[in-house]
Amino acid sequence: MIHDFNYLKPGSLKEALSMLSEHKDECKVICGGQSLLIVMRQGMVAPEYLLDIKHVKELNYISFDAKDGLKIGATTTHRTIEKSDVIAKNYPVLVAMENKLASIQTRNWGTIGGNLAHADPAGDPAPVLISLKASIKVGNVNGERVFPLDEFFVDYFATQKDDDELVLEVQVPVPPPKTGAAYQKFNLLDSDMGIVATAASVTLNDDGTCKEARIVLGNAGPIPLRVKRAEEMLVGKKYDEALFAEAGKIASEDCEPVADIHASEAHRRHVISVLTKRMLKKAWDQARA
Amino acid sequence: MEKRALKLKVNGQEYEVFINPKTLLVEVIRDHLGFTGTKRGCETVSCGACSVLVEDMVVKGCSILAVQVEGMNVTTVEGLEDNGKLSPIQRAFLDQGAYQCGFCTSGMLMSATAFLKENEGKSVTEHEIREGIEGNICRCTGYNSIVRAIDAVAQGKYKEA
Repeated sequence: MIHDFNYLKPGSLKEALSMLSEHKDECKVICGGQSLLIVMRQGMVAPEYLLDIKHVKELNYISFDAKDGLKIGATTTHRTIEKSDVIAKNYPVLVAMENKLASIQTRNWGTIGGNLAHADPAGDPAPVLISLKASIKVGNVNGERVFPLDEFFVDYFATQKDDDELVLEVQVPVPPPKTGAAYQKFNLLDSDMGIVATAASVTLNDDGTCKEARIVLGNAGPIPLRVKRAEEMLVGKKYDEALFAEAGKIASEDCEPVADIHASEAHRRHVISVLTKRMLKKAWDQARA
Repeated sequence: MEKRALKLKVNGQEYEVFINPKTLLVEVIRDHLGFTGTKRGCETVSCGACSVLVEDMVVKGCSILAVQVEGMNVTTVEGLEDNGKLSPIQRAFLDQGAYQCGFCTSGMLMSATAFLKENEGKSVTEHEIREGIEGNICRCTGYNSIVRAIDAVAQGKYKEA
């Protein structure tokens, strides 16, 4: 059962930040609530104040330009991202990821900012966004801060964001030429969270060798994990299936998956090696195309 | 806890309820307004039995605070018929026998309604139909007849003459 709370409904971003600054210690922020209401119903989270930013219009936008890249406001729903033509054209991996995120109902109400602030290591957007070198903007009454997204998460359900700060915006740079990106999660039902997941991006030099790669694992540790040892190993190398398998092996070693009802630790490591191999190949094939 | 007045429109009719802000949309719909066609199932955003439309978007009523739909249009399964005449998807469900126990039916109908509206005039594949009801679980596993019913409407078989 959900514990009683005082409901705060700001009419603007300014009002939201000022309410948050006043009640930060005993306040939770709700937007779509698709994750939060579950843990509130379980009694794991019982805030005295609930600050509802679902209808703060200033944070609901998608913008793109060829220089600054993509900007997505925090209260933009997953479904809006999934249906966005400009994202489909410039970041197709984001649309493919959203298409497999939970169910249509959840995507219609849940938001990108809420998903990232919740910091569930099994969340779909973070690994993909990190592979695309995204940043996240947070702010309080005094100002704003921007974190590279791969430095934002610190532990299970914990981020660098202070209690008086709101997630404001996700920023994704324009991918360099000859870049490909791919994401896949392993699960039994399409609408479930990933048992494990891998996002990969590959940028090639003119001679076809790897200029830069990112490999990010979902649900393979307390936070979305970059496999830096494999990323570095790939630089300067040529297309080679044995290379992708080697990167997969490194990924399966450099992660900290848990064992639970869905899969053992050993099975998770195995699936990570397979997904990493496949996603690297897929990203590289795209980058060559 | 201080209660709040909430105005919303359900199935075209305006209502005002006086609720604790923690009240879920499905609780307002069922317990305050008496539209019991909408079911409470898993209550963990998994099963889809509580699906309703908010401004023509399908959502799960068990996982939305009712206060968040202030001033919005909500449609439940009771709102699909028009003066006693069933909607095309309701008639197709009957013709295809797309029910076993029936508990998932109202949620399925809402997802199917949203899917058909989003894809109006387009031809859809069976795979797309199945993705359209991905958020709704039929515990009797009677999916095939449900998919056939949605397909029949998508193909224009229930168009008014």
